[in-house]
Amino acid sequence: MMLMTVGAIELKLDWWVVVLSGVTVAVTIWMGFWAARKARTASDFFVAGRSVSVGWNASAISGEYLSAASFMGIAGMVMSSGYDALWYPVCYACGYLFLLLFIAGPLRRFGAYTIPDFAEGRFDSPLFRKIAVTFVLFIGFFYTMPQMNGAGKALAYIIPGLPYWVGVAVVGAVITVNVALGGMKGITLVQAFQYWLKMFAISVPVFVLVAVFGGYGSQLKANVTAGEKAAGVTVVEAASGAGVKREALPPSDTAKKVSVPADETWIAPFGPRSSKPAKTAQGAGVKIEDTRPYALLWTYSLIIALVCGTAGLPHILVRFYTNPDGVAAKRTTMWVMILIGVFYLFPPVFGVLGRNLMPELYNGASGVKGTDGSVLKLPLLLGGVWGSVLSGVTCAGAFAAFMSTFSGLLVSITGALAHDIYGRILRPQSTPEQRMQMFKVFAFVCGGAAILLGLVVENFEINMLVGWAFAIAATSYFPLLFLSTWWRGITMKGAATGMLAGGMLSLVSIVSTMFADNWGADGLKAWYAVHPLVRTLAEQPAIWGLPLALVLMVTVSRATRATVPADVRRKMLVLHAPEALGLKEEYIKEHEGLGH
Amino acid sequence: MQSPQSEHEDFIHSEAFLHRLMRRQFRLSAACAAAFVVVLLGMPLMNYFAPELMAVRVGGFTVSWLVLGVLFFPFVWVISGIFIRKSLRMEREEAELALEENRRRGV
Repeated sequence: MMLMTVGAIELKLDWWVVVLSGVTVAVTIWMGFWAARKARTASDFFVAGRSVSVGWNASAISGEYLSAASFMGIAGMVMSSGYDALWYPVCYACGYLFLLLFIAGPLRRFGAYTIPDFAEGRFDSPLFRKIAVTFVLFIGFFYTMPQMNGAGKALAYIIPGLPYWVGVAVVGAVITVNVALGGMKGITLVQAFQYWLKMFAISVPVFVLVAVFGGYGSQLKANVTAGEKAAGVTVVEAASGAGVKREALPPSDTAKKVSVPADETWIAPFGPRSSKPAKTAQGAGVKIEDTRPYALLWTYSLIIALVCGTAGLPHILVRFYTNPDGVAAKRTTMWVMILIGVFYLFPPVFGVLGRNLMPELYNGASGVKGTDGSVLKLPLLLGGVWGSVLSGVTCAGAFAAFMSTFSGLLVSITGALAHDIYGRILRPQSTPEQRMQMFKVFAFVCGGAAILLGLVVENFEINMLVGWAFAIAATSYFPLLFLSTWWRGITMKGAATGMLAGGMLSLVSIVSTMFADNWGADGLKAWYAVHPLVRTLAEQPAIWGLPLALVLMVTVSRATRATVPADVRRKMLVLHAPEALGLKEEYIKEHEGLGH
Repeated sequence: MQSPQSEHEDFIHSEAFLHRLMRRQFRLSAACAAAFVVVLLGMPLMNYFAPELMAVRVGGFTVSWLVLGVLFFPFVWVISGIFIRKSLRMEREEAELALEENRRRGV
């Protein structure tokens, strides 16, 4: 093995990395087939027979949630922009608190397969189901693109010289077959397994690296703050009481788009990431003090987008229906927060270590060649077989990351098509068996579409795409779910108006900044340049999009008061009454009696 | 647990019960959310108005890095643990009370 590894390094193809990644893929496929034998009924396919235990379900939700953006992207973001990037892991994890406090229990008690089911059941409106379905598909496909993007880039790192499209096609095909054969039940097991794999893959290399190169705190201390700099503390060994070694940072080079933040802006809040919109707007000569108010606004808007967006992601919400009851749904959410929170402690450590030990990653390259590669490449610093093995472990974790998130998305997109569009809109008379057949067909269609979309976004940044999905979810689904579980005055028209206006305007404003920056809308760019406030709000729309959606929902509902569903008290009772009273079964029975 | 023919006259299906239940649930959720939101939205304010304090070193970390990157997670676990305990107890109480009231009314 030793010889093989030495030879492999010369070939730039590390066999440990290839083998460990290959095992991850093989185990994923095997588990999918194994579980497929157990998935028999239609209910198994859509929500795993609603009988998944709290521990399994919490692991599966966590496994599904921790995507390529979490596994590789956060470390890369912390490395490239420092403190500002810490908001991402914190809000990704803490968004579940809002889900727990306001949404998880009631939603589960209502008893429906998907969010469109909830939308129709809550408002007795088949039209609203259609609107809700389009948003599931919309957010789902947006969130799929970064996963495919991560897959293509990671495979290109593992097998040097492999084209991007091969990675996208291979990973896409494997997961698509898996989902088509096993449905959600297969996926629950695979997801749970992949959470623990990711946890192992992110934590063990951190422990080893920290033991060899110095702790999290002492690594961080090697970066001087503005106050320390003023007091005459200098960088590198002098700053590190614990004797942490640090490589010199490369110089910034605007021509090559290499930007290396200085220590004092990197370690402090309102650094390069949050002040970027204001800086872009006002040009290079702007003073850091002038950008601070905009950076504060940007930070608040980001927090709202991520926290409320988490509570409104359809592929996460669909998982709550696999809990046996509302009590289990709450317990599951608590465990998810613990599992995800523990995970998110680790990626920033990679970011800090990367800045001190591997500053050559500040090279302006996108994907794993740049800072996003820190998780995969840092273990190689250990040298020898163990360095390769641990790099293989992090690669396996990265595979688990985009495979599990993509499977979850595929299940929710396919479920929306098979259950809502086919089963409710196109062929309401179809049998459960026919719907199950269509689930398989749609899985292949959606998997193919996702691969094609993945090919289109090769040159996009992972976190930009993820940010779109969160901002849209925060301004559309979150206000919908929040108001329709807690306010009985909401009407279908009110909910639809708020959801469409909030989601669409947010999307338009984000896309407008993209046009201004990348796609040659120079007039817009110039206009944004003299309006830094508008520019900041356009790039991070949640701070106005969410209130806008809420206000619209309330005012339009008030205006259409006559259309509040007649049995709204009954619906609210089903949403809120403790399970011990057995109201849900009663409600379903009554509705079946009425021919629903 | 209850007889189907009487379901629209009993206490469980009354406006009084629903109103009281939703009010208690929302109060608990809102109180927990407030504790979370105050700290979450307070952090940027502290960073903005007290940057020197937030840059003080604790074990190599700056205070703001330590709070956000490490301590924030256990804080949220504590809030959610308290919420779940209280909400399960409250819902059990409400369910017992409602069934008791129904028995008293003889439905």
